[in-house]
Amino acid sequence: MAEPELALNNSDNTRTMREQALIAQVQRGQNDVFYELVRPYERRVYAAALAILHNQSDAEDVAQEAMLKALANIRQFRAEARFSTWLIQITVNEALMRRRRERTAMMEAIDDRREDEGDYTPRDFADWREIPSEALERKEVRQKLAEALGTLDQKYREVFVMRDMEQLNIQETAEALGISVASVKTRLLRARLMLRDLLAGGWEQGWFSRLPFEKGTKPW
Amino acid sequence: MVNGQTVNCEQVWREISNYLEGEVDAGLREGMDGHFRTCTRCASVLAGTRNVIRLYSDERMLEAPAGFGGRLEKRLAHGARVPGRKWSTWAAWLVPVAALALFAVGLQWTNIEQGAHRILSPHAQPGDKIPPDLVVVVAADARIFHVPTCDLVQNKTNLRTLTAKEAIAEGYVPCVRCLRKYLQSASLKPEADPDADADLDVAEENPTRAR
Repeated sequence: MAEPELALNNSDNTRTMREQALIAQVQRGQNDVFYELVRPYERRVYAAALAILHNQSDAEDVAQEAMLKALANIRQFRAEARFSTWLIQITVNEALMRRRRERTAMMEAIDDRREDEGDYTPRDFADWREIPSEALERKEVRQKLAEALGTLDQKYREVFVMRDMEQLNIQETAEALGISVASVKTRLLRARLMLRDLLAGGWEQGWFSRLPFEKGTKPW
Repeated sequence: MVNGQTVNCEQVWREISNYLEGEVDAGLREGMDGHFRTCTRCASVLAGTRNVIRLYSDERMLEAPAGFGGRLEKRLAHGARVPGRKWSTWAAWLVPVAALALFAVGLQWTNIEQGAHRILSPHAQPGDKIPPDLVVVVAADARIFHVPTCDLVQNKTNLRTLTAKEAIAEGYVPCVRCLRKYLQSASLKPEADPDADADLDVAEENPTRAR
Protein backbone atom coordinates (compact mmCIF):
# COMPACT_ATOMS: atom_id res chain seq x y z
CA MET A 1 0.00 0.00 0.00
CA ALA A 2 2.89 2.34 0.71
CA GLU A 3 4.39 1.99 -2.74
CA PRO A 4 1.71 3.82 -4.76
CA GLU A 5 1.75 6.69 -2.23
CA LEU A 6 5.52 6.89 -2.51
CA ALA A 7 5.23 6.94 -6.29
CA LEU A 8 2.68 9.75 -6.06
CA ASN A 9 4.92 11.79 -3.77
CA ASN A 10 7.86 11.32 -6.09
CA SER A 11 5.72 12.47 -9.00
CA ASP A 12 4.59 15.57 -7.04
CA ASN A 13 8.18 16.36 -6.08
CA THR A 14 9.35 16.01 -9.66
CA ARG A 15 6.56 18.32 -10.81
CA THR A 16 7.38 20.88 -8.12
CA MET A 17 11.08 20.82 -8.95
CA ARG A 18 10.31 21.18 -12.65
CA GLU A 19 8.04 24.13 -11.83
CA GLN A 20 10.71 25.79 -9.69
CA ALA A 21 13.25 25.37 -12.47
CA LEU A 22 10.87 26.95 -14.99
CA ILE A 23 10.13 29.85 -12.64
CA ALA A 24 13.86 30.48 -12.25
CA GLN A 25 14.32 30.39 -16.04
CA VAL A 26 11.56 32.94 -16.62
CA GLN A 27 12.87 35.13 -13.81
CA ARG A 28 16.21 35.17 -15.63
CA GLY A 29 14.44 36.49 -18.72
CA GLN A 30 13.76 33.29 -20.65
CA ASN A 31 10.17 34.24 -21.41
CA ASP A 32 9.61 31.59 -24.06
CA VAL A 33 9.18 28.88 -21.40
CA PHE A 34 6.46 30.81 -19.57
CA TYR A 35 3.60 29.03 -21.29
CA GLU A 36 5.07 25.68 -20.27
CA LEU A 37 5.07 26.97 -16.70
CA VAL A 38 1.43 28.11 -16.68
CA ARG A 39 -0.10 25.45 -18.91
CA PRO A 40 -1.07 23.15 -15.98
CA TYR A 41 -3.07 26.01 -14.47
CA GLU A 42 -4.68 27.57 -17.53
CA ARG A 43 -8.09 25.99 -16.87
CA ARG A 44 -8.01 27.04 -13.23
CA VAL A 45 -7.17 30.60 -14.23
CA TYR A 46 -10.03 30.63 -16.72
CA ALA A 47 -12.47 29.18 -14.15
CA ALA A 48 -11.49 31.82 -11.59
CA ALA A 49 -12.13 34.61 -14.08
CA LEU A 50 -15.42 33.04 -15.17
CA ALA A 51 -16.62 32.72 -11.56
CA ILE A 52 -16.31 36.48 -11.16
CA LEU A 53 -17.27 37.74 -14.60
CA HIS A 54 -19.87 35.11 -15.54
CA ASN A 55 -19.13 35.74 -19.21
CA GLN A 56 -16.96 33.43 -21.30
CA SER A 57 -15.51 36.06 -23.59
CA ASP A 58 -14.58 38.42 -20.75
CA ALA A 59 -13.23 35.50 -18.71
CA GLU A 60 -10.91 34.44 -21.54
CA ASP A 61 -9.68 37.98 -22.07
CA VAL A 62 -9.05 38.49 -18.36
CA ALA A 63 -7.34 35.10 -18.07
CA GLN A 64 -4.92 36.15 -20.83
CA GLU A 65 -4.36 39.56 -19.25
CA ALA A 66 -3.67 37.92 -15.91
CA MET A 67 -1.09 35.59 -17.45
CA LEU A 68 0.65 38.52 -19.13
CA LYS A 69 0.66 40.38 -15.84
CA ALA A 70 2.14 37.34 -14.12
CA LEU A 71 4.86 37.24 -16.77
CA ALA A 72 5.61 40.94 -16.32
CA ASN A 73 5.81 40.53 -12.53
CA ILE A 74 7.42 37.11 -12.30
CA ARG A 75 10.46 38.54 -10.51
CA GLN A 76 8.22 39.53 -7.62
CA PHE A 77 7.09 35.95 -7.09
CA ARG A 78 8.54 34.47 -3.91
CA ALA A 79 8.56 30.75 -3.20
CA GLU A 80 6.68 31.15 0.10
CA ALA A 81 3.40 31.00 -1.84
CA ARG A 82 2.32 28.32 -4.26
CA PHE A 83 2.74 29.46 -7.83
CA SER A 84 -0.83 28.39 -8.65
CA THR A 85 -2.21 30.46 -5.75
CA TRP A 86 -0.22 33.48 -6.90
CA LEU A 87 -1.60 33.09 -10.43
CA ILE A 88 -5.17 32.74 -9.19
CA GLN A 89 -4.84 35.82 -7.00
CA ILE A 90 -3.60 37.89 -9.95
CA THR A 91 -6.52 36.59 -12.01
CA VAL A 92 -9.07 37.41 -9.32
CA ASN A 93 -7.64 40.93 -9.04
CA GLU A 94 -7.85 41.45 -12.78
CA ALA A 95 -11.39 40.09 -12.92
CA LEU A 96 -12.58 42.22 -10.01
CA MET A 97 -11.07 45.32 -11.63
CA ARG A 98 -12.77 44.49 -14.93
CA ARG A 99 -16.10 43.99 -13.18
CA ARG A 100 -15.77 47.28 -11.29
CA ARG A 101 -15.10 49.11 -14.54
CA GLU A 102 -18.11 47.59 -16.23
CA ARG A 103 -20.69 47.78 -13.49
CA THR A 104 -22.28 50.94 -12.21
CA ALA A 105 -21.81 51.96 -8.61
CA MET A 106 -25.56 51.59 -8.13
CA MET A 107 -25.49 47.94 -9.11
CA GLU A 108 -22.62 47.29 -6.69
CA ALA A 109 -24.53 48.96 -3.89
CA ILE A 110 -27.66 46.88 -4.52
CA ASP A 111 -25.64 43.67 -4.49
CA ASP A 112 -23.85 44.64 -1.30
CA ARG A 113 -27.11 45.14 0.56
CA ARG A 114 -28.19 41.54 0.01
CA GLU A 115 -25.67 40.19 2.49
CA ASP A 116 -25.90 36.70 3.98
CA GLU A 117 -29.30 37.08 5.53
CA GLY A 118 -30.23 34.44 8.16
CA ASP A 119 -29.44 30.74 8.34
CA TYR A 120 -29.97 28.46 5.37
CA THR A 121 -32.28 25.51 5.86
CA PRO A 122 -31.69 22.48 3.64
CA ARG A 123 -34.75 21.44 1.64
CA ASP A 124 -34.00 17.88 0.64
CA PHE A 125 -33.40 15.05 3.11
CA ALA A 126 -33.35 11.98 0.87
CA ASP A 127 -30.81 9.25 1.47
CA TRP A 128 -27.48 10.17 -0.04
CA ARG A 129 -24.80 7.95 -1.34
CA GLU A 130 -21.55 8.84 -3.00
CA ILE A 131 -21.86 9.94 -6.62
CA PRO A 132 -19.26 7.96 -8.54
CA SER A 133 -16.64 10.21 -10.06
CA GLU A 134 -17.26 8.45 -13.38
CA ALA A 135 -20.39 10.57 -13.60
CA LEU A 136 -18.14 13.49 -14.52
CA GLU A 137 -17.00 11.65 -17.64
CA ARG A 138 -20.28 12.69 -19.18
CA LYS A 139 -20.26 16.15 -20.59
CA GLU A 140 -23.94 16.75 -19.87
CA VAL A 141 -23.36 16.01 -16.18
CA ARG A 142 -20.51 18.53 -16.05
CA GLN A 143 -22.70 20.98 -17.88
CA LYS A 144 -25.55 20.54 -15.42
CA LEU A 145 -23.20 21.03 -12.50
CA ALA A 146 -21.85 24.19 -14.13
CA GLU A 147 -25.40 25.43 -14.72
CA ALA A 148 -26.30 24.80 -11.08
CA LEU A 149 -23.23 26.76 -10.02
CA GLY A 150 -24.24 29.54 -12.39
CA THR A 151 -27.58 29.96 -10.64
CA LEU A 152 -25.91 30.94 -7.36
CA ASP A 153 -25.65 34.60 -6.44
CA GLN A 154 -22.35 36.15 -7.44
CA LYS A 155 -20.95 36.36 -3.92
CA TYR A 156 -21.68 32.69 -3.15
CA ARG A 157 -20.34 31.50 -6.48
CA GLU A 158 -17.06 33.39 -6.13
CA VAL A 159 -16.30 32.01 -2.70
CA PHE A 160 -17.31 28.46 -3.64
CA VAL A 161 -15.16 28.48 -6.78
CA MET A 162 -12.12 29.89 -4.97
CA ARG A 163 -12.34 27.45 -2.06
CA ASP A 164 -13.77 24.25 -3.49
CA MET A 165 -12.66 24.40 -7.12
CA GLU A 166 -9.47 26.48 -7.06
CA GLN A 167 -8.44 24.94 -3.74
CA LEU A 168 -7.43 28.22 -2.11
CA ASN A 169 -7.70 27.99 1.66
CA ILE A 170 -10.16 30.13 3.62
CA GLN A 171 -7.59 32.85 4.34
CA GLU A 172 -6.37 32.99 0.74
CA THR A 173 -9.96 33.17 -0.49
CA ALA A 174 -10.66 36.07 1.84
CA GLU A 175 -7.53 37.91 0.68
CA ALA A 176 -8.15 37.28 -3.00
CA LEU A 177 -11.73 38.52 -2.86
CA GLY A 178 -11.07 41.32 -0.38
CA ILE A 179 -13.62 40.10 2.17
CA SER A 180 -13.37 38.89 5.78
CA VAL A 181 -12.69 35.30 6.80
CA ALA A 182 -16.07 35.26 8.56
CA SER A 183 -17.81 36.28 5.31
CA VAL A 184 -15.99 33.53 3.43
CA LYS A 185 -17.18 30.94 5.92
CA THR A 186 -20.78 32.15 5.88
CA ARG A 187 -20.95 32.34 2.09
CA LEU A 188 -19.24 28.98 1.68
CA LEU A 189 -21.78 27.28 3.94
CA ARG A 190 -24.69 28.73 2.01
CA ALA A 191 -23.12 27.96 -1.37
CA ARG A 192 -22.50 24.33 -0.44
CA LEU A 193 -25.98 23.80 0.99
CA MET A 194 -27.68 25.53 -1.94
CA LEU A 195 -25.73 23.44 -4.45
CA ARG A 196 -26.63 20.31 -2.53
CA ASP A 197 -30.32 21.17 -2.85
CA LEU A 198 -29.89 22.06 -6.52
CA LEU A 199 -28.23 18.74 -7.26
CA ALA A 200 -30.99 16.93 -5.42
CA GLY A 201 -33.50 18.83 -7.56
CA GLY A 202 -31.42 17.95 -10.61
CA TRP A 203 -31.78 14.31 -9.80
CA GLU A 204 -35.55 14.72 -9.82
CA GLN A 205 -35.19 16.32 -13.28
CA GLY A 206 -33.15 13.37 -14.54
CA TRP A 207 -29.67 14.89 -14.75
CA PHE A 208 -28.14 11.61 -13.70
CA SER A 209 -30.85 9.35 -15.11
CA ARG A 210 -28.50 7.29 -17.26
CA LEU A 211 -26.20 6.57 -14.39
CA PRO A 212 -26.30 3.03 -13.01
CA PHE A 213 -27.92 3.81 -9.65
CA GLU A 214 -30.39 1.67 -7.82
CA LYS A 215 -33.96 2.42 -8.76
CA GLY A 216 -35.71 4.68 -6.23
CA THR A 217 -32.61 6.08 -4.51
CA LYS A 218 -30.68 9.24 -5.18
CA PRO A 219 -27.04 8.89 -6.02
CA TRP A 220 -25.93 10.53 -2.79
CA MET B 1 -11.33 13.07 26.33
CA VAL B 2 -13.66 15.95 25.64
CA ASN B 3 -17.31 15.29 26.32
CA GLY B 4 -19.47 15.76 23.23
CA GLN B 5 -21.95 18.61 23.25
CA THR B 6 -25.61 18.01 22.61
CA VAL B 7 -26.43 19.66 19.32
CA ASN B 8 -29.67 20.04 17.41
CA CYS B 9 -30.29 20.01 13.64
CA GLU B 10 -30.11 23.81 13.25
CA GLN B 11 -26.69 23.90 14.92
CA VAL B 12 -25.52 21.10 12.65
CA TRP B 13 -26.64 22.94 9.50
CA ARG B 14 -24.97 26.11 10.72
CA GLU B 15 -21.67 24.36 11.43
CA ILE B 16 -21.59 21.66 8.77
CA SER B 17 -19.28 23.60 6.48
CA ASN B 18 -16.83 24.29 9.31
CA TYR B 19 -17.13 20.63 10.33
CA LEU B 20 -16.04 19.56 6.84
CA GLU B 21 -13.21 22.12 6.96
CA GLY B 22 -12.03 20.63 10.27
CA GLU B 23 -12.62 23.97 11.96
CA VAL B 24 -14.88 22.99 14.85
CA ASP B 25 -13.54 22.27 18.31
CA ALA B 26 -13.29 18.74 19.61
CA GLY B 27 -16.40 18.97 21.79
CA LEU B 28 -18.62 20.23 18.98
CA ARG B 29 -17.18 17.68 16.55
CA GLU B 30 -17.99 14.85 18.95
CA GLY B 31 -21.51 16.20 19.46
CA MET B 32 -22.06 16.46 15.69
CA ASP B 33 -20.67 12.96 15.11
CA GLY B 34 -23.17 11.63 17.64
CA HIS B 35 -26.00 13.58 16.02
CA PHE B 36 -25.19 12.23 12.55
CA ARG B 37 -25.45 8.69 13.90
CA THR B 38 -28.99 9.20 15.07
CA CYS B 39 -30.44 11.87 12.69
CA THR B 40 -31.00 10.65 9.13
CA ARG B 41 -31.87 14.17 7.93
CA CYS B 42 -28.57 15.62 9.05
CA ALA B 43 -26.71 12.54 7.81
CA SER B 44 -28.31 13.26 4.43
CA VAL B 45 -27.17 16.89 4.58
CA LEU B 46 -23.63 15.79 5.45
CA ALA B 47 -23.43 13.19 2.67
CA GLY B 48 -24.87 15.58 0.10
CA THR B 49 -22.53 18.40 1.03
CA ARG B 50 -19.56 16.04 0.83
CA ASN B 51 -20.73 15.02 -2.62
CA VAL B 52 -20.95 18.64 -3.73
CA ILE B 53 -17.40 19.36 -2.59
CA ARG B 54 -16.02 16.19 -4.12
CA LEU B 55 -17.72 16.65 -7.47
CA TYR B 56 -16.86 20.30 -7.94
CA SER B 57 -13.26 19.89 -6.78
CA ASP B 58 -12.67 17.38 -9.58
CA GLU B 59 -10.24 18.67 -12.22
CA ARG B 60 -12.73 17.79 -14.92
CA MET B 61 -15.05 20.51 -13.67
CA LEU B 62 -12.48 23.12 -14.71
CA GLU B 63 -13.30 23.44 -18.36
CA ALA B 64 -12.08 26.10 -20.74
CA PRO B 65 -13.51 26.88 -24.20
CA ALA B 66 -12.16 24.99 -27.19
CA GLY B 67 -8.89 26.49 -28.42
CA PHE B 68 -8.33 28.45 -25.23
CA GLY B 69 -4.83 27.02 -24.67
CA GLY B 70 -3.74 27.78 -28.21
CA ARG B 71 -4.97 31.36 -28.09
CA LEU B 72 -3.32 31.86 -24.71
CA GLU B 73 -0.02 30.46 -25.97
CA LYS B 74 -0.13 32.77 -28.97
CA ARG B 75 -0.81 35.84 -26.89
CA LEU B 76 1.89 34.94 -24.40
CA ALA B 77 4.37 34.35 -27.21
CA HIS B 78 3.60 37.83 -28.50
CA GLY B 79 3.85 39.28 -25.00
CA ALA B 80 7.13 37.46 -24.38
CA ARG B 81 8.71 38.80 -27.58
CA VAL B 82 7.60 42.33 -26.89
CA PRO B 83 8.38 43.10 -23.26
CA GLY B 84 6.40 46.26 -23.88
CA ARG B 85 3.98 46.02 -21.00
CA LYS B 86 6.67 46.23 -18.37
CA TRP B 87 8.63 48.79 -20.34
CA SER B 88 5.55 50.89 -20.99
CA THR B 89 4.85 51.14 -17.27
CA TRP B 90 7.89 53.30 -16.72
CA ALA B 91 7.86 54.73 -20.22
CA ALA B 92 4.47 56.15 -19.43
CA TRP B 93 6.20 58.13 -16.71
CA LEU B 94 9.30 58.81 -18.73
CA VAL B 95 7.51 60.74 -21.46
CA PRO B 96 5.97 63.46 -19.27
CA VAL B 97 9.13 63.66 -17.16
CA ALA B 98 11.24 64.17 -20.30
CA ALA B 99 8.78 66.78 -21.56
CA LEU B 100 8.96 68.58 -18.24
CA ALA B 101 12.75 68.49 -18.30
CA LEU B 102 12.82 69.88 -21.83
CA PHE B 103 10.43 72.62 -20.83
CA ALA B 104 12.59 73.49 -17.82
CA VAL B 105 15.74 73.58 -19.95
CA GLY B 106 13.98 75.77 -22.49
CA LEU B 107 12.80 78.10 -19.79
CA GLN B 108 16.30 78.32 -18.35
CA TRP B 109 17.73 78.99 -21.81
CA THR B 110 15.22 81.74 -22.37
CA ASN B 111 16.18 83.29 -19.07
CA ILE B 112 19.87 83.17 -19.98
CA GLU B 113 19.14 84.69 -23.34
CA GLN B 114 17.05 87.39 -21.75
CA GLY B 115 19.74 87.90 -19.13
CA ALA B 116 22.40 88.39 -21.78
CA HIS B 117 20.36 91.14 -23.36
CA ARG B 118 19.06 92.63 -20.20
CA ILE B 119 22.08 94.89 -19.55
CA LEU B 120 23.14 96.27 -22.85
CA SER B 121 25.33 99.11 -21.65
CA PRO B 122 27.63 99.68 -18.70
CA HIS B 123 25.54 102.80 -18.13
CA ALA B 124 22.69 100.57 -17.14
CA GLN B 125 24.71 98.82 -14.42
CA PRO B 126 23.25 99.30 -10.99
CA GLY B 127 25.00 102.03 -9.12
CA ASP B 128 24.64 100.38 -5.77
CA LYS B 129 28.39 99.75 -5.44
CA ILE B 130 29.10 103.48 -5.60
CA PRO B 131 29.55 105.01 -2.13
CA PRO B 132 26.27 106.80 -1.53
CA ASP B 133 27.89 109.92 -0.04
CA LEU B 134 30.40 110.28 -2.87
CA VAL B 135 30.22 113.81 -4.19
CA VAL B 136 29.28 113.85 -7.85
CA VAL B 137 28.31 116.45 -10.42
CA VAL B 138 25.62 116.48 -13.07
CA ALA B 139 25.09 118.80 -16.01
CA ALA B 140 21.66 120.32 -16.31
CA ASP B 141 21.00 118.85 -19.77
CA ALA B 142 22.55 115.38 -19.27
CA ARG B 143 21.55 112.10 -17.66
CA ILE B 144 25.01 111.04 -16.40
CA PHE B 145 26.72 111.85 -13.14
CA HIS B 146 30.52 112.12 -12.75
CA VAL B 147 33.13 112.69 -10.11
CA PRO B 148 33.99 116.44 -10.31
CA THR B 149 37.42 115.81 -11.89
CA CYS B 150 36.16 113.65 -14.76
CA ASP B 151 37.47 114.79 -18.18
CA LEU B 152 34.24 113.88 -19.84
CA VAL B 153 32.15 116.40 -17.99
CA GLN B 154 30.71 118.74 -20.56
CA ASN B 155 29.32 122.21 -20.04
CA LYS B 156 31.26 122.70 -16.83
CA THR B 157 29.71 126.12 -16.28
CA ASN B 158 26.31 124.69 -15.50
CA LEU B 159 27.01 121.83 -13.06
CA ARG B 160 25.09 120.84 -10.04
CA THR B 161 26.82 119.08 -7.11
CA LEU B 162 25.08 116.33 -5.15
CA THR B 163 25.76 112.91 -3.62
CA ALA B 164 25.78 109.71 -5.65
CA LYS B 165 22.74 108.51 -3.73
CA GLU B 166 20.80 111.63 -4.66
CA ALA B 167 21.92 111.42 -8.28
CA ILE B 168 20.77 107.81 -8.55
CA ALA B 169 17.48 108.69 -6.86
CA GLU B 170 16.94 111.43 -9.44
CA GLY B 171 17.49 108.97 -12.29
CA TYR B 172 21.07 109.85 -13.30
CA VAL B 173 23.32 106.97 -14.38
CA PRO B 174 27.02 106.71 -13.51
CA CYS B 175 29.78 107.66 -15.95
CA VAL B 176 31.58 104.50 -16.99
CA ARG B 177 34.90 106.29 -17.22
CA CYS B 178 35.21 107.95 -13.84
CA LEU B 179 33.07 105.45 -11.89
CA ARG B 180 34.29 102.29 -13.67
CA LYS B 181 35.87 100.77 -10.62
CA TYR B 182 32.47 100.70 -8.92
CA LEU B 183 30.58 99.43 -11.95
CA GLN B 184 32.88 96.63 -13.01
CA SER B 185 32.05 94.38 -10.10
CA ALA B 186 28.37 94.37 -10.95
CA SER B 187 28.70 94.05 -14.70
CA LEU B 188 27.81 90.83 -16.51
CA LYS B 189 29.89 91.88 -19.47
CA PRO B 190 33.63 91.72 -19.69
CA GLU B 191 35.45 94.98 -19.41
CA ALA B 192 34.19 97.27 -22.09
CA ASP B 193 36.32 99.32 -24.43
CA PRO B 194 36.93 102.60 -22.58
CA ASP B 195 37.01 104.57 -25.80
CA ALA B 196 33.66 103.20 -26.84
CA ASP B 197 32.32 104.08 -23.43
CA ALA B 198 33.76 107.55 -23.71
CA ASP B 199 32.16 107.97 -27.11
CA LEU B 200 28.89 106.86 -25.64
CA ASP B 201 29.18 109.31 -22.79
CA VAL B 202 29.99 112.12 -25.17
CA ALA B 203 27.13 111.15 -27.44
CA GLU B 204 24.74 111.29 -24.55
CA GLU B 205 26.06 114.54 -23.18
CA ASN B 206 26.64 116.27 -26.51
CA PRO B 207 24.73 114.67 -29.36
CA THR B 208 25.94 117.25 -31.89
CA ARG B 209 29.67 116.51 -31.25
CA ALA B 210 29.23 112.76 -31.51
CA ARG B 211 27.68 113.06 -34.93
